Order: sequence, then structure tokens, then C-alpha cells
Amino acid sequence: MKILVAVKRVIDYNVQIRVKDDGTGIVTDNVKMSTNPPDDNAIEEAVKIKESGKATEVVAVTVGEEKAQETVRKALAVGADRGIHVKADGIIEPLAVSKILKKIVDKEKPDLVFMGKQAIDDDCNQTGQMLSALLEWPQATFASKIDLEDKKLKVIREIDEGLETIEISTPAIVTCDLRLNEPRYASLPNIMKAKKKPIEQMNASDLGVDIAPKIQQIKVEEPPKRKAGIKVSSVAELVQKLKNEAKVI
Amino acid sequence: MSVLLIAEHNNKELKSFTLNAVTAASQIDSDVHALVIGNECGDAAKAASELPLVKKVITVEATHYENFLAENFAPVILKLADNYSHLVCSANTFGKNLMPRIAAKLDTSQVSDIIKVESADTFVRPIYAGNAFATVKSTDAKKCITIRPTSFEPCESSGGSAPIETADAGEEFSLTKFIKREEIKSDRPELGTARIVVSGGRGMQSGDNFKLITSIADKLNAAIGASRAAVDAGYISNDHQVGQTGKVVVPDLYIAVGISGAIQHLAGMKESKIIVAINKDGEAPIFSVADYGLEADLFDALPQFLEELNKLNTIQK
Repeated sequence: MKILVAVKRVIDYNVQIRVKDDGTGIVTDNVKMSTNPPDDNAIEEAVKIKESGKATEVVAVTVGEEKAQETVRKALAVGADRGIHVKADGIIEPLAVSKILKKIVDKEKPDLVFMGKQAIDDDCNQTGQMLSALLEWPQATFASKIDLEDKKLKVIREIDEGLETIEISTPAIVTCDLRLNEPRYASLPNIMKAKKKPIEQMNASDLGVDIAPKIQQIKVEEPPKRKAGIKVSSVAELVQKLKNEAKVI
Repeated sequence: MSVLLIAEHNNKELKSFTLNAVTAASQIDSDVHALVIGNECGDAAKAASELPLVKKVITVEATHYENFLAENFAPVILKLADNYSHLVCSANTFGKNLMPRIAAKLDTSQVSDIIKVESADTFVRPIYAGNAFATVKSTDAKKCITIRPTSFEPCESSGGSAPIETADAGEEFSLTKFIKREEIKSDRPELGTARIVVSGGRGMQSGDNFKLITSIADKLNAAIGASRAAVDAGYISNDHQVGQTGKVVVPDLYIAVGISGAIQHLAGMKESKIIVAINKDGEAPIFSVADYGLEADLFDALPQFLEELNKLNTIQK
């Protein structure tokens, strides 16, 4: 069994982002970037499945600018066997990413495609579902537990009401929730080894996919600021303020 | 052209956020049609027909729609899509799971989680965990949109009498099977719609200590929330998680106890009307968004808080 894992390079989750003064986007120059957190869960799960002997190969793929290669390199350092980097600049919408991934799936013929449930920059939560639609494959979104048994996958999904269990047949798409597993750290020897693992590079334009954005970003602005609050000195004062000033209790 | 709203329901009742989605849909175009797909979901369809903003209800019933699998829903919706300029639903786990499957088939770039309708093609949506608002214009002929329910008021739920039509069911997608759903039952108000939310974080130190929060929530008729740290530590189940990857809440009063206020948590609650922070670390980022901050050990403060609440003879419900 082969598992393809899609990873995205995003601004690190701990960074307090800044909106550009001209309203055209977010400042990304000299900002720490890292792998999208739920994509780390996706890689971890794929590597665990390989370690259990149920998968023979884990391939990490990313779509993005030159530096997005780092994300693939990190996936290789935690256990992926080889990488694919589809080069493309600017905002690549989930629809375009899913079309590119479909091309990769057609070529690689994986049994499973894993990815994070959403990227923490665009917060779209679309790509896995879109890829699944384009391939007409089953989808298991927001997965918090995966049991793989011979061409079938039992997946526990996180839903608003609690948890849901579904069974899907491979080939299939799984989008991973943060609760799926605890991603491992790459050890230094493994980071060194990863440098020797192959990354195949190609250009999005060579895949015959139209990646032009269909959504125009008119402006990006900071959300309205909350006005500064006050500190109270006692619980009694807090309750009194909530009762008489804020009138919420 | 018209807007097709995919209603979320449990086959008997509409889910409350469907009412918020109807409000948003009506701001896009006044000709809102509600699509109710399910199994023996006549009651839900009737409830949809009573929403005054809904002009028509379409129902599609079959046993394989019982559990709302996106693989079964998408083909039916695609068959109806020709008649609509916009397909919309709530941006909760139901809509997030379903809508992209439709959008991809229509070759449409979906606009997720909108918080404002500027016009029929222009919307505002939060990005980067709500740290920026993007105004975006969809250039697709047919638009697929999910709606952040807490950003729109619920519509009127009675007084309407829209006609109910039936559409043909599609085939079952055999590669995905529903096994079971474990819903967390609670007598408390639903987290997403509660007027007051009391949330605990890592500072609670154990699941047992959440009792301190429970007793205050009981007193205030509040829902109980949690940070991801509290959920991951096993103090409380994940359906209580508030934040970028959990639920977004906009209550009148949000009380954050032992929560530092990481970016990802703030994403889920910083639009609350009044925010209270109780934390012993005076430098915790939560204080930067709190209207009222109390720097204190929660294990002293919470029992006192309950005592003070008990002294009040009137508490709004």
C-alpha cells in the first residue's frame, strides 16, 4: 500500500501575524514558516502505518513556491520515503491544489491520501473534500482515529455533536484532526538522512492545470480592536461589575 | 437567480444554525429555497417551510440519507444546482464536510466561513485564525458558500408557509458506510448558541476540577467550553473545544478560567460581547482581550464566585 501525504508551508502557528498597511495581504517576509500543524498529524499517521507494516511507501507532496520544499524535507525527516514539490507562486486556491493533487494521484496511484483538515492560514477546510470529489473516492474528514484493515478504513470523525464512525473502502481521502496523534520530532540523524532522500520537482504549469485564482482578494484588514478592559481586585467586585455595569448576569 | 440553502437537521428538527444560515442566504438574494435531504425528514421540511424568509422547500428522502454522508448528498445537490446562482450552508462540521465536494464538481472556488455579505458576489471572511478579515469577490458563475452562523442573527422561525416540493433521490455511494454516532447529551444550553459560556483551560489541572466550572455554569445556565489544552489533557470531551479548530462562540458573556489565551483559542471567542478572564498569570495574553480581568488563583476564585452568585437573588436566564 502506498500513502500520499499532502503538506503545506504556512506561517508558524505561534506567530502574531501582521496585516500589510496597504491592505493587500499579510506580511510574510522574515516571518517564521513551518508545516501546517494538522499536516504534521497526517505525516505522522502515514509513517505509523508504514511502521506497522501495512504500508510500503509514504510519499510527501507539496504545492507552492521554491521554499515550500522545506516542508517536504521535514516530512522526509520524520519518515516519508520521497517527496514531490509542485512549484507554483502566489495564492493557490484549494480548488487548484486539489486539481494538481489529482494529477499526482493519477500518476502515483496511492491507496490513501492523507492531509490536514485545514490550513491555518486560509482556514478554508476544502482541499481534501475537493480532491475526493474529483476522484470520486470516499472521504473521511476531521479524522481523530484510523483503523486500517485490508482495503477498508474505519475512521472516527470529530463532528459538532460528538464523534461519528464511518467505514470507507480504499482508495480514499482522509483529512486529519489535531487529535489523531502526537507528531514526532525529527532527530538530527534523520534530518541528515532526509537530505539524501529524493524530491521530484515539477512546475504546476506543466501539469495542465489552470491555477489562476477565481476569488479576488479585494482587501485584507485587521479585525476591529476590542477596547481595553479593566482589572478587578476581587471576586465580589467582578460579580458586581457583571451585574450592574455589564448587566450580563 | 435564487439561493439554495442546504438545511442541516436531524431528520426531525432543523438544527438551530440553519436559521442563521437562512438570514445570510436572504442577504445574498431574497429568493431562498431550502433543501432538506434526509430519511423520513418531513417534520424538518415542514419546519423549513414555516420560515418566512424561505420561498420554497425541496425535500429528497431515502434511507441512505439518514446519516448525512457527503458522498450521498453531493450528487443530489448537483442535479438541482442548475437552477441556482448560489449554494450555501452553515460552516459547521456538516457544511464543511459537504460543500467542497459540491464546489469541486461545479469547478467553483468555494468561499468558506463568511461573516458578512457585501453583495451577491462579495463577502468578508476571517483568515489566519481570525487575525485578519479578507474581503473577497468570487468570479465563479455559480457560487458555493459556507456561513459562519454566529455572525448572523437567526431568522424568524414561524409565520411562513412555503410550498414543499419533492425531488428524486439519487443512488447510494457504496464505498462509504455509516457505522455509528456518539452524541454527547447534555441538559445545558448548546455551546454554539449559549448566552453565557464558562470555559476551562490547562490551569484546571484535572477533569475533576471541572466540577468548579460546572457548578458555576449550572448557576448561570451557561454552556461549558474548554481550550485545546484541557481537551488534549483529557479533562473534558472534545466537543467542548472553543477555537480555530473547535467551535466559534459569540455569547453575551464568556468566562475564561485558567486559559492563557493562545491565538488559536482567541479565534473561537474574541467576538464575545463581554469577556472575563480569571488567571493567576497577570501577563497571560487573555487579559489583552478581557473586559474584566481577575488576577487570582482559580481554586480560590471559583468557589468565591459561586458564593457571590448565590448571594444574588436575580440572575438572568
